[in-house]
Amino acid sequence: MEIHEYQAKELLAEFGVGVGPGGLAYSPEQAVYRAKEIGGEVWAVKAQIHSGARGKAGGIKICKTDDEIWDAADELLGKRLVTHQTGPQGKVVHRLYIEQGCDIQREIYLAFVLDRAAERVTVVASSEGGMEIEQLAAEKPEAIIKIHVEPAVGLQDFQARELAFALGLPASMLSQAVTTFQGAYRAMRDLDGTMVEINPLVVTGDGRLLALDGKMSFDDNAMFRHPKIAELRDKSQEDPREMQAADRGLSYVGLDGNIGCIINGAGLAMASMDMIMHAGGEPANFLDIGGGASAERTAKAFRLVLADDNVETILVNIFAGINRCDWIAEGVVQAVQKIDIGVPLVVRLSGTNVEQGRKIIKDSGLDIIMADTLKEAADKAVAAWKAHTGKS
Amino acid sequence: MAILLDENSKVIVQGFTGQIGTFHAEEMIEYGTNVVGGVTPGKGGTTHLGRPVFDTVKDAVRETGANASIVFVPPPYAADGIMEAADGGIRFCVAITDGIPAHDMIRVKRYMRRYKKEERMVLTGPNCAGSISPGKCMMGIMPGHIYMEGNVGIVGRSGTLGYEAASQMKELGIGVSTSIGIGGDPINGSAFKDHFEYFEEDPDTKLIVMIGEIGGPQEVEAGMFAKENMSKPVVAYIAGLTAPKGRRMGHAGAIISAVGESAAEKVELLQDMGVTIVPTPSDFGPTVAKVMEKM
Repeated sequence: MEIHEYQAKELLAEFGVGVGPGGLAYSPEQAVYRAKEIGGEVWAVKAQIHSGARGKAGGIKICKTDDEIWDAADELLGKRLVTHQTGPQGKVVHRLYIEQGCDIQREIYLAFVLDRAAERVTVVASSEGGMEIEQLAAEKPEAIIKIHVEPAVGLQDFQARELAFALGLPASMLSQAVTTFQGAYRAMRDLDGTMVEINPLVVTGDGRLLALDGKMSFDDNAMFRHPKIAELRDKSQEDPREMQAADRGLSYVGLDGNIGCIINGAGLAMASMDMIMHAGGEPANFLDIGGGASAERTAKAFRLVLADDNVETILVNIFAGINRCDWIAEGVVQAVQKIDIGVPLVVRLSGTNVEQGRKIIKDSGLDIIMADTLKEAADKAVAAWKAHTGKS
Repeated sequence: MAILLDENSKVIVQGFTGQIGTFHAEEMIEYGTNVVGGVTPGKGGTTHLGRPVFDTVKDAVRETGANASIVFVPPPYAADGIMEAADGGIRFCVAITDGIPAHDMIRVKRYMRRYKKEERMVLTGPNCAGSISPGKCMMGIMPGHIYMEGNVGIVGRSGTLGYEAASQMKELGIGVSTSIGIGGDPINGSAFKDHFEYFEEDPDTKLIVMIGEIGGPQEVEAGMFAKENMSKPVVAYIAGLTAPKGRRMGHAGAIISAVGESAAEKVELLQDMGVTIVPTPSDFGPTVAKVMEKM
C-alpha cells in the first residue's frame, strides 16, 4: 500500500525526521489560507498523487504571491497528472500540499528498502540528491552508499555516523543526521514499511536537515496490525478494477491485450499469459482465482474480466489441486448461463476430477471451446480471437 | 532416495485442529505420509484424526520423535510457529501460510542463524504448496497423484505451475525424486540454490528443474551456483515474460523492481550460465526428455 507525501511526512516527523512547515488544501482558497498560516515568502504547491517524478510532470509549482498560489492550486486540482511512473492514464489530483520554501544548500538521496538478496533492510544513500535512483545507479554507481541493518539490533549509531560522514555532512550536523537516519529506519521497521524514500533530503542555509519529499510503501500483509496506516489508503489513486478485485478476494492486474484470463495460481497465470504471447496473442489481464474457487467466485471473475472493454476472448485455465475440476466446471457453466459473455470462451481443465469437469461442460450444450493442454488452450484462444474479430 | 522428506519423515502439523490443517492433514495421511501428531496451543492432551495433539512443538518432538513439521498457522502467528519449530528440534519445515508480513520473515531468518548450520532447520515457504517425494512422503496441499516416482528434482516458487510441469513429465513417463516448493514471497525460508545443493548430493536425482518467475535475485544466484558447483544438468523456466515492470503479479515477490529481475533478463543470464531454458510453459516435458536423452 502506498500513501501520499504529506502523510509520509507526518509519520516520519513522529519518528524524529525533520520536515518543513506545511499543510493540506482541497481548494484554491484553502491553499492561499494555508500559505498564510504557515508563513514565509515562498511556497511550493504540490500535487498529492501516488507517484514520484511529479516535479517533471508539472505537479509542483513554486509560488511567491497569493495569486500565484490560487492559480497553481486551481490548475492542479482535478487535473490528471501523467508522470513516467503513472502510465499514460495518469492519476487525478484531489489534494494539495502547501509547503514553506526553504534555502536549499545541498540535496541528498536517502532510502530504506527491503533488500531481498540480503534478507534485511538496507539503507541506500547518495550525496547526489534529487536524481532518481535508477538514473543514479546507471550513471554514477560509485556514488551510491549501501548499509545493511542487522534486524536484531537496528541501525546503530556508528552506522548512522559513517553514513553522515560518507555523505560529507559537517560535524556540526552529526547528531541531527543520526536522529534522522535512525528515525526513518524505525518508521520503516515499526510500521512494516516496504520502502521509505526521502528524495531529496536537504541541508538548508541555516544548517537544518529536512525531508523535502517523502514516500512510503507498506506491506499489505501487515496491515492487520496497523489499522491507522490502513486508514491512510486513498482509493482514488488505485486502479478501480484492481481494487474491486481485491475486495472480492481475487488478484487482478489489468494489461493492454484482448484475451482475458481466469487462472488458478499466480505462477500458472503468468505462464498462461506467456503462452498466449507465444501463440501470437496478447493477454488483457492477470487474474488468479485462488484455491477452492466456488461457482460464485468464478462468476465474479467473469464479470471482472468482462468489465474491460478490450476483452474479445476469454481463456480459463485451471489445474486443480485443492480445487476440483467439477466445481470449476459448474461455476463456469452457471456464470455463462447468467452472464451474456458475448465473446468466445476457451476452457482448459486439468488435475483432480478432470473427467467429471469436462463432462459437465460438454453436457451443458453451451458454446465453450475445450482444450486439453496449455498449448492447445492458448492456440485455440488466439484462433478464436482472430475468428471473432476478423484480425490476423 | 530423495531430499529433505522421505519414508523416515515423522510429520507434525502446526495448526492441526483448524479447518485448513484438518483438511490437508487428512489428505497427507491418505497419501501415506507418517503424520504422528499435531500442535495447537491449549488443546494438548486431546486427540485429532486419531493422532495426539500437543501444546508445544517441544512436547510433540519429545513424545513422537517428530523430525518434520508443516505449518498452517494463520499469518499473524505463523512466524512465531516457524521459530518454535526451529527451536523444538524439527529438521525440515514446510510453511504453507500465505500472507506472513515480510518483516516477520526477516526476523525468522535472523532468529534461525542462532543455530549452527548443521543443526539448523531447513525451512521451505512460506506461501507455497509444499513438497513431495513421490511414493514416500507428501507435505503439502498438492494433488499427490500427478507426481510419479523418478529421478528429476523440481524446485519452484509456484504451486499450480509446478503441477503443470510434473504432469507434463508424467505424460512422457518421467518421474520425480522430490519436488520442493520455496514459495512466492519476497523473503523466504530457503532459496533455489540451497535445494540445488541437496539435489546435487542426492544419488537418485539426475536432473534438476527450476521453476522461477519475475522478481528477486534467487534464480540467477542459483544459476551461478550451478555453473560453479554442480555436475547435474539444470533446466529452468521463468514465468512472467508479459509482466509489466513495477506491478505485483499475484505473489508478493513477483514484481520487477530492479535491473535483472524481468523474465527476459533472467533467461538471458541463465542461458549464459549453461542452464537449459524451457522455451514455453508447455515444453517442460519435452525439454526434460531431450536433456535426459543426451545424458
